[in-house]
Amino acid sequence: MTTDPADTLAGRYGPVAAMALAVLVLWYGGALWLNGPQAAEALTRSGTGWGTADLIRQAFAMKRPVLPTPDQVAVDLWNSLTGHPVTSIRNLLYHTAVTAGSALTGFAMGVVLGVALAAGIVQVRTLESSLLPWIIASQTIPILAIAPMIVVILGNMGFTGLLPKAVISMYLCFFPITVGMVKGLRSADPLALDLMRTYSATTRQTFRLLRLPAALPFLFASLKIAVAASVVGAIVGELPTGGQAGLGARLLSGSYYGQTVQIWSALVMSAVLSVALVAAVGAAERLFVRAGRGGAR
Amino acid sequence: MSRTTPMSPAPLVMLVAPLLPIAWQGGAPVYLPQSPAALACFAVSLGALLLRGTVRGSLAEAVLLLAGVVAAFAAPVLLIGQGLALAQAPGVWVHLAGGVLLLWRVLALVAPLDGAGRLAGPALFGLALVALWEILTRGFEVPAVLLPPPSAILAALAANAADLWDDFRQTVLKSVLRGYLIGCGAGFAVAILADRVPALARGLLPLGNLASAIPVVGIAPIMVMWFGFDWQSKAAVIVVMTFFPMLINTLAGLSSAERIQLDLMRSYGAGYWRTLVLLRLPSALPFLFNGLKINSTLALIGAIVAEFFGTPVVGMGFRISTQVARMNLDVVWASIAVAALTGSLLYGALALAERRATSWHPSFRKR
Repeated sequence: MTTDPADTLAGRYGPVAAMALAVLVLWYGGALWLNGPQAAEALTRSGTGWGTADLIRQAFAMKRPVLPTPDQVAVDLWNSLTGHPVTSIRNLLYHTAVTAGSALTGFAMGVVLGVALAAGIVQVRTLESSLLPWIIASQTIPILAIAPMIVVILGNMGFTGLLPKAVISMYLCFFPITVGMVKGLRSADPLALDLMRTYSATTRQTFRLLRLPAALPFLFASLKIAVAASVVGAIVGELPTGGQAGLGARLLSGSYYGQTVQIWSALVMSAVLSVALVAAVGAAERLFVRAGRGGAR
Repeated sequence: MSRTTPMSPAPLVMLVAPLLPIAWQGGAPVYLPQSPAALACFAVSLGALLLRGTVRGSLAEAVLLLAGVVAAFAAPVLLIGQGLALAQAPGVWVHLAGGVLLLWRVLALVAPLDGAGRLAGPALFGLALVALWEILTRGFEVPAVLLPPPSAILAALAANAADLWDDFRQTVLKSVLRGYLIGCGAGFAVAILADRVPALARGLLPLGNLASAIPVVGIAPIMVMWFGFDWQSKAAVIVVMTFFPMLINTLAGLSSAERIQLDLMRSYGAGYWRTLVLLRLPSALPFLFNGLKINSTLALIGAIVAEFFGTPVVGMGFRISTQVARMNLDVVWASIAVAALTGSLLYGALALAERRATSWHPSFRKR
């Protein structure tokens, strides 16, 4: 058996690097293709003769491009991160922190709700048969549709600011956790369950000593999905609130005023936020799930 | 699992009801004996509770208790119908609480049923939920702007049926179906390709994780900018949303075939494609269906979200955003009901197909 190509450094990072390069090439090509007509028009209006090189330069440096180039996005990101203090409304980090705050609050609420529902479904037979179909049906309700109403209802009850957004995050988060935990809590080895019964363990002991540890890999796999979903929820929650702050507010204002570069840098930032949170969950998984028990991956 | 567990005494809470006011009429409290309708309902609930020991078999008990539950739900409806105020009447709510606790017992009794009876539990649960929603919103006089009762939503559904049907055609039949088929198909095809070229899979997976982290809301305005207001832009959003879940699930499914089965295929001299069709795709079916099911809800949400960023003047997302602005919440909820029903039906159809396909799965070797 020769070494698996996935184990060598080049084998592991080569394909990723090649893919990243391909994406960059495609991106620049797409920018040229989409911005080309506008750029040509602008050059023609300026009255001087122009060649291909001028066209490319113009297409890659538009004020309001149809598709901004990666370097334009990077420059905009850099400027917004370093050009203003962190507490300023013009700093993207400030908006990221606002979104992360409501996403994490919603995520925490979703974990509690999801695990509680899953424990109930696994332990109480009545719940399993009557509740699970409705949990699935709950996810078919378009969340953005009820987001404005959640905000209105909670606002009338006197809750404003972070909580409505966190509730929307929670709504998106609890489902994958519930489904994953139900599967996980049932994944305990039947032999081990019989052994527990032989020891005349109580239901609670069986749950704590056998079912919960068996469910951990499933829990962490679901948590990764859920934490990404919670960011989406927080961003969606920022749209109808007319949010003055947050990545969702940046997306919406960019969309209204045709600031494409701003849309893209907010997008990149939200992706970075999601990836960072997923990586944090992955790190927690390596900490809690013993090697060899097989987590996700 | 013992066949019947003893019933908890919790439903007996309704015994307090005769001591409390059950409604208010012009500033004066009304008690149970003064309202024949409420008294009859209470007698039925209490009778069901007390006669429980006389029937044999869990099904008969369930039917008897269900009569008590229906009576408990009917009492507030009848009182509201008489134009009485229930917001500060604890008696009727205690009776209702007893009814809900009785329902819990009924659900426990019907849980072990199979065949057509398997649907009894979820159906009763859903009906009770809708009934509670109706009773609580009307009993406590919740403003319709916050949460209209289901009856108002049904009325809005009937009154706006033509509009809602046009929305359904635009959003579901044009955007969702096309985007869903293209996205899932492309994800599946690229997964097969990546399976042939492992380096491609190793390059695509991190990109897939990154793409699944990008909030779709963000690409919606960009897609509307590129593809215009009609269904093409919504379909494009859905393609981007559904591509990676399908890709990742298909790749996971393709690697789910067991080593020993692969070795067997190899010893029969089966080539790549034959192994794929006869062994690896059938064993990947659960994963494929998982991807398809996740995507069915994603696609619907994606289309509606994308419609918030610009549509022709039709579509579920358009209807919702314009009617919210006009405070016509009953129409908004009717639209949401259509969307939820569509999503549930899609999901249910896929779940049914999965049960058929994967029950066939072990038997395909016998051919």
